Amino acid sequence: MSDLITLAFTAFIVENIILTKFLGICPFLGVSKKRSSALGMGLAVLFVILISSMVTWVLYKYVLESLSITYLRTIVFILVIASLVQMVEIFLKKISPALYKALGIYLPLITTNCAVLGVAILNINNNHSFVETVVYASFISLGFIFVMYIFAMIREKLDYSPVPKAFKGTPIALIVAAILAIIFSRFGGII
Amino acid sequence: MNQKENFFKGFMKENPLFVSVLGMCPSLAVTTKVENAIGMGIAVFFVLTLSNFIISLLMSSKRLRELIKPVRIPVYIIVIASLVTIVEMVMHAYLEPLYQSLGVFIPLIVVNCIILGRAEAFASQNKPLDSAVDGMGMALGFTMALLIISLFREILGTGTITIWGSLAIDLGFIFDFLKITPINMFVKPVGAFLSFAFILATITAIKIHRDNKKTAEVSKQ
Repeated sequence: MSDLITLAFTAFIVENIILTKFLGICPFLGVSKKRSSALGMGLAVLFVILISSMVTWVLYKYVLESLSITYLRTIVFILVIASLVQMVEIFLKKISPALYKALGIYLPLITTNCAVLGVAILNINNNHSFVETVVYASFISLGFIFVMYIFAMIREKLDYSPVPKAFKGTPIALIVAAILAIIFSRFGGII
Repeated sequence: MNQKENFFKGFMKENPLFVSVLGMCPSLAVTTKVENAIGMGIAVFFVLTLSNFIISLLMSSKRLRELIKPVRIPVYIIVIASLVTIVEMVMHAYLEPLYQSLGVFIPLIVVNCIILGRAEAFASQNKPLDSAVDGMGMALGFTMALLIISLFREILGTGTITIWGSLAIDLGFIFDFLKITPINMFVKPVGAFLSFAFILATITAIKIHRDNKKTAEVSKQ
């Protein structure tokens, strides 16, 4: 149990997916201009990462490994993720139109979000068991939402501040991210 | 547009990293050493050139084009993923240390926006040979950008330039001469964000300066 708590805490804060692993930088910079859109994107990512890591783990352990074709990992995983995103989209449209409306525009973007494929591969590389996979995937994505939300709050304020001309847009956002990364790197001492 | 322009536009005018800001994840993560940047560059060069060539070959026949059009994105992804798998296997077999240090970012070339972006924007509408040249130019432009960031980070962070394996230049004497020590922060994640921010800002500043000059000249006339 304590192992799981350590894993969860590491995934959530210490090895934050955006600030230390550099996965999912595109949505981090792209859809973090408003708090509401950051939250929407974050929830969509949570949904897809959780389902896709479970499906890819089962596929890898019971299909690819037993047939000893593990070298097809990358192709199989990306196909699973792409079709999953489509399925989630269709499913949500039918089951919960309100949620679909909120997440709809972010879903297609997720296929090319490297966080999803990255977490699926990291689960395999780190030899996680199924329970560990679920815990890791959910806390990694909670960390994603957490940092996205903080970042969006700062960026909303940033719109009203005088930024030097050359730093407008992406550069100043990256500097904010750097300051956040300094803060998060200090959490490493806790474990 | 002739072949030469087609090749060189990836370096300055349409540099994928500095102008279009695509493919951020690998460029921030692997630029701790010059060696890693070179390795990533070679991998992307191989994948992008061949994927552009193959996709443009697929799209150039009219019947196949009609057939593929509705499902073109999955088709692109399969082509790219197969090429990436080849790169992954070759690197694992012959370049073990590089394979270890690039880690998860080799399979992640599949979702690098540059490759899918070029397939959709260029390869699907141009001839196979032009597309291959475009891919080479874009990949070299990307490699150049990676090299700039990694040089900046490695020199400031550790005071060395690791070109390939044990082939490294030690710049420690300059640091000794100036009586300063390398700033370790630059090889940490913080340094990635900071260096990329400053390099982007410098490029923007140069652009603003040039535009001001141009408008001044125009108003003089």
